Amino acid sequence: MTAVAPNPPKPITSGKDPRFAPTLYAHVGQPESWTLGYYRRNGGYEAVKRAFGMGADTVIDEVKKSGLRGRGGAGFATGLKWSFMPLNDGKPHYIICNADESEPGSFKDRYLLSEDPHQLIEGMIIAGYAMRASVGYIYIRGEYVHAAERINAAIEEAREAGLLGQNVMNSGFDFQLHLHRGAGAYICGEETALMNSLEGLRANPRLKPPFPAAAGLYGLPTTINNVETFCAATQILKFGAEWHAGMGTEKSKGMKLFQVSGPVARPGVYELPLGTTFRELIYDWAGGPLEEMKAIIPGGSSCPMLRWDDKTLDTPMDYESIAGAGSMLGTGGVTVIPKADCIVNATWNMVRFYGHESCGKCTPCREGISSWMTRMYEKLVRGHGQPGDVQLILDMSENIGGRSFCALADACLGPVLSSIELFREEYDSLAQFQTPTYPARRRWKDA
Amino acid sequence: MSYFTDKQPLVADIFSRYPDSPQGRRSALMPLIREVQDAEGFVNGTHLDEIAALCGTTATEVRSVMSFYSTYHTLPTGKYHLQVCSTVMCSLAGSDELWDHLVEALDVQPGEVSPDGRFSVQKVECLGSCGTAPMMQINDDGYYESVTPGKCARILESLRADLQPLPDNPVPVTVNAEGRQMLANGEVVGASITGLSQLPPIFPGGEA
Repeated sequence: MTAVAPNPPKPITSGKDPRFAPTLYAHVGQPESWTLGYYRRNGGYEAVKRAFGMGADTVIDEVKKSGLRGRGGAGFATGLKWSFMPLNDGKPHYIICNADESEPGSFKDRYLLSEDPHQLIEGMIIAGYAMRASVGYIYIRGEYVHAAERINAAIEEAREAGLLGQNVMNSGFDFQLHLHRGAGAYICGEETALMNSLEGLRANPRLKPPFPAAAGLYGLPTTINNVETFCAATQILKFGAEWHAGMGTEKSKGMKLFQVSGPVARPGVYELPLGTTFRELIYDWAGGPLEEMKAIIPGGSSCPMLRWDDKTLDTPMDYESIAGAGSMLGTGGVTVIPKADCIVNATWNMVRFYGHESCGKCTPCREGISSWMTRMYEKLVRGHGQPGDVQLILDMSENIGGRSFCALADACLGPVLSSIELFREEYDSLAQFQTPTYPARRRWKDA
Repeated sequence: MSYFTDKQPLVADIFSRYPDSPQGRRSALMPLIREVQDAEGFVNGTHLDEIAALCGTTATEVRSVMSFYSTYHTLPTGKYHLQVCSTVMCSLAGSDELWDHLVEALDVQPGEVSPDGRFSVQKVECLGSCGTAPMMQINDDGYYESVTPGKCARILESLRADLQPLPDNPVPVTVNAEGRQMLANGEVVGASITGLSQLPPIFPGGEA
């Protein structure tokens, strides 16, 4: 097929366009989709064959041409990242799949891992081949037990079929793949913390530079990608870079797994081209909100929330447009917040989350988030607010933002600063009158 | 008897996943802790020394690592360890009320085990089930999703009779033959969408 490029700069919004059919989630939910037999019957392990035919450098070029950007949140160009790995340095290289999915609001990887593990394994073989890595690790969060069992079984199947191990598919390429289970720590989603965790240490982040491509796992060249990124690489090698580059917007190419949570008719995971609008995702696909809304968190809880209005709803969901609106695409985990819920209370929950997950390494995060910020919110919500409290939170934020060791503290400021900016009156009501604008309501009920 | 004495093949298998170096040995720490916890329910005492010796470190270091992560236990849990997600998406769907209900109905506080040894509870952070909130995990056995008061009552009733209901494994979206996304109940979503085409042929431009 001739790939049809979108008309830049106007983004293609939608699955209404007949060119886009899901691929990443095409087999999720099918009986036995996690088995090698099913995967092979549906074109599995053809992409890796093609990669071996191309040669490693061409594979990296193909991924570059596809325009794929990291799907874990940062959105860094995947092909470029792969090309940072040194060539012919005589050292062992590692690749790691970040399957620590723990950003609140994100739940796309869980189904990829448990329902289509071979898609991920194939993507990792391709990536390992391209980056001359002989060993790969899938770092899965400890709570994903069911998914871990499926991955282990799939690795075993692949090994027996000669897809992993010595001389993969008679290509001369050796590749070992192992599963490593985490044990419950949000910070393990940060790549250097993840590597420390894999090395059996407390998951404190490391100083960068050196970046992992220079000195990563065991001090050796390492590249870490998200589950969805590896799976997208499989699809790119299967259908071609042009196919992938023909979807999405000028700078945000391809399909993305968007997740919708909150009171909508059909919360779930939807695979749509980048550049689809919030309105289409929430109304057309997720069936629309079930009550009046006031805010949207566009990509997981660390992304600043946006006001629920026509301007936001018509914003295309791609890296640039959401950045232009003052937030981030993140993991694509879209959460809607009802009007009748106290925003300060909801933000307290997120602050408490980041406080709990702070690793304690640096002072701005440990004292600023875990202690001060959490207590300020508790004070407000519990009805002990005083005039000046909101300004104090803003002052504290200034001393935390950009001053912490890793991005976790900044992630916490996403919801804090955006909620104060958008809903200052709710904060003021608690600070000055100790009264929530929207009192607690019963939310746990039978449908 | 120490835990790993008669499990040398298992230990060897774990070590084989990591490089044959001091750093590689240390990498086996988390899998070894997991093995003991899966069998015994918690990790403490001589097991810490044993794991430390295998990994070339000290029991204090093992305890330090364990304290960093939320799913390791140094004390016994109940036969059914209920982990309730308390993060914002579940909270907005009522997980705080679910938690209060469990604590009251089971008469157990975090860190305790109910007198009959059956229940313990833990508040955990986002488990990646935001589309089916509120949710909880029981032991390591799987997710119980969209836990309404009625469903919670049925789960507790079964657990009290030592009949653990099967966990949920709902799949959010599937794709039908025309490449359209649909829900598990067969409902096609994106109702305004018509005629998604088939995928392009594999390997455009011929076999590489």
